[in-house]
Amino acid sequence: METTSTFEKIFRGTALLLIVLFFMFPILWIFLMSFQTNETILRIPPSVVFTPTFENYQALITGKLTSAAGTLDIAFMRNLGNSVFLSVASVAVALVLGVPAAYAFARHKFRGSEDIAFTLLSFRFAPPLLVLLPLTQYFQWLGLADTYFGLIWVYQLICLPLILWIVRGYFEDISADVEYAYRIAGHSWFATFRKIALPLAGPGIAAAGLLAFIFAWNNFVFALVLASADKQPVTVGALAFVTASGIQYGQIAAAIVLSITPTLAIALYAQRYLVEGLSLGAVKG
Amino acid sequence: MTTLQLKNIVKRYKSQTVLDDLSLSVADGETLVLFGPSGAGKTVLLRMVAGVIEPDEGQILIGGEDMAEVDAEHRGIGMAFQNFALFPHMSAFDNIASPLTATRSSKDAIAAGVQKVAKLLKIDHVLSHHPKALSNGQKQRTALARALAGSPPLLLLDDPLRNVDAKLRFEMRLELPRLLAAQGATVVYVTQDYKEAMALGDRIAVMSQGRIRQIGTPAEIYLAPADIEIARLFGDPTINLLDVVPKEGPDGIYVELSDVRIALPGMPGAVVGKSCVIGLRPEAIVFTKAGAPGAIPVAVEAETPLNEKTVTLVMTMRKREVLVSRPAGTPGPASGPAHIAVDGRTAFLFDKQSGALIASAAASMTRNGEAA
Repeated sequence: METTSTFEKIFRGTALLLIVLFFMFPILWIFLMSFQTNETILRIPPSVVFTPTFENYQALITGKLTSAAGTLDIAFMRNLGNSVFLSVASVAVALVLGVPAAYAFARHKFRGSEDIAFTLLSFRFAPPLLVLLPLTQYFQWLGLADTYFGLIWVYQLICLPLILWIVRGYFEDISADVEYAYRIAGHSWFATFRKIALPLAGPGIAAAGLLAFIFAWNNFVFALVLASADKQPVTVGALAFVTASGIQYGQIAAAIVLSITPTLAIALYAQRYLVEGLSLGAVKG
Repeated sequence: MTTLQLKNIVKRYKSQTVLDDLSLSVADGETLVLFGPSGAGKTVLLRMVAGVIEPDEGQILIGGEDMAEVDAEHRGIGMAFQNFALFPHMSAFDNIASPLTATRSSKDAIAAGVQKVAKLLKIDHVLSHHPKALSNGQKQRTALARALAGSPPLLLLDDPLRNVDAKLRFEMRLELPRLLAAQGATVVYVTQDYKEAMALGDRIAVMSQGRIRQIGTPAEIYLAPADIEIARLFGDPTINLLDVVPKEGPDGIYVELSDVRIALPGMPGAVVGKSCVIGLRPEAIVFTKAGAPGAIPVAVEAETPLNEKTVTLVMTMRKREVLVSRPAGTPGPASGPAHIAVDGRTAFLFDKQSGALIASAAASMTRNGEAA
């Protein structure tokens, strides 16, 4: 057992507190902003004392943004729905395609396998803006511009390499002998994949899926260019708060709170798997 | 029960040849031990038979059928791995049941099959545990039970006792022959432990550098090792190896150790004048009194009492080290000058250059004895 002195405990506590404050302060501030009007937000000096208001949330949920210049329709709830649909569908497609591919890359060294895997990873090197212009052209020719199908396809650029490379590492971590043992016991390779490889790589797959979900959720530029208003996710939809009559800080804050809630909830729920999944050696028997 | 034949197997990894034109056949119901130092290619060979590695050249026949196009799951093999390779996410029961679920047996039949083999291996009380909760010995027994559960006609055991402690290894060394006999399977057993090889094998194939150096019964290999290396691998303490040049006298062929003549009856005349290495098992050397016939003066360097025997390191006049082993409790010098006597009938002669066995008096005697 390691013994810690009182000083060490206090020091450690203080350090942790400082770090938490540093990282959580912006989020806390946004949370407080979301319950304030533009006037209270912009007053100088700023204060944490205010009368909370639910105006911002109300405006978002009803879709009616009232400002000095008049009433404006915003589609925030629809954007939120789009975000959920696009992220979930993209991750689902990426898992269906990426997990078997990762297994193939991990277990079977075929000619060009390293090259293919690396090419897929290289999608993440290129700045999205670089591919966007030609992509928009092609999508217009193909009739894929402004469709959910097209968006989910483009989102694979984000999700697929992530899932492929993370999950591949987990499959490689599983001792080949364990799979051999199942084969020799009389099971087909597919049964071995389903009953041995998948469950053992489970935490890794969950972690990769979660990361891919967060990346897809946070994507801005693909959706900005390739989707029109009714298919835009929250990241793009938030632009609507920059109006002619000013920036609606209160609504932006409320929108941020609403849009980080799903990812935060999933991350908190899956924290255990994330830690388990992202630490090496988790699948050793 | 089935037979196994390997014909001219070759396996290369990059430029390294792991198995070099290896042929081997195992008879129905026989237990063949593959014995050799690590890196000899034993495990690769076993995996090839199991069907998880493919040979570059050569043929594998199980029960007379070519296995080239047969996948691992259809070869009818049970295999136990050195690192156990248990399924970490399944209970011991499900681990052992895996060969039975593959054949789509009924639930009751599976449960009965698992219980039976678990009782045999004395792990029926831990069946609900996951591998993480099992002790090393229980893991090893679970792995063995899994290999046995499907009653495979061919059983491949890859050094299953390597990762268990000495006490368990000793227990299992006694228990395994009975288990394997009850199973009635043809067995290929890989080990690096010569005692295990001697205890379990009907025959032993000694492997080194991707080739089979010698194959024979345990007695044949102990009494007539094909070369110096094999002689060194079998026996504890290791065999004494001394450079000698045999000479011919009026009473036949002899060698000289510290100017004392040791007669080598039954050796061929061709060895005379050749550079040889004589191999003397430590247990074939005895302490004797000064002046006794054939007594060689030595100085005792160190004495190591082991449980059932005492091993003494002695130094000859010309500073050559010799190990002498005697049963524990028998008298012998602990230090100072002493005399040893060597029975030439138990000696081996190896060619110094090639290391190959030229002749062994003991083997020729055994053969004569068997004939008579």
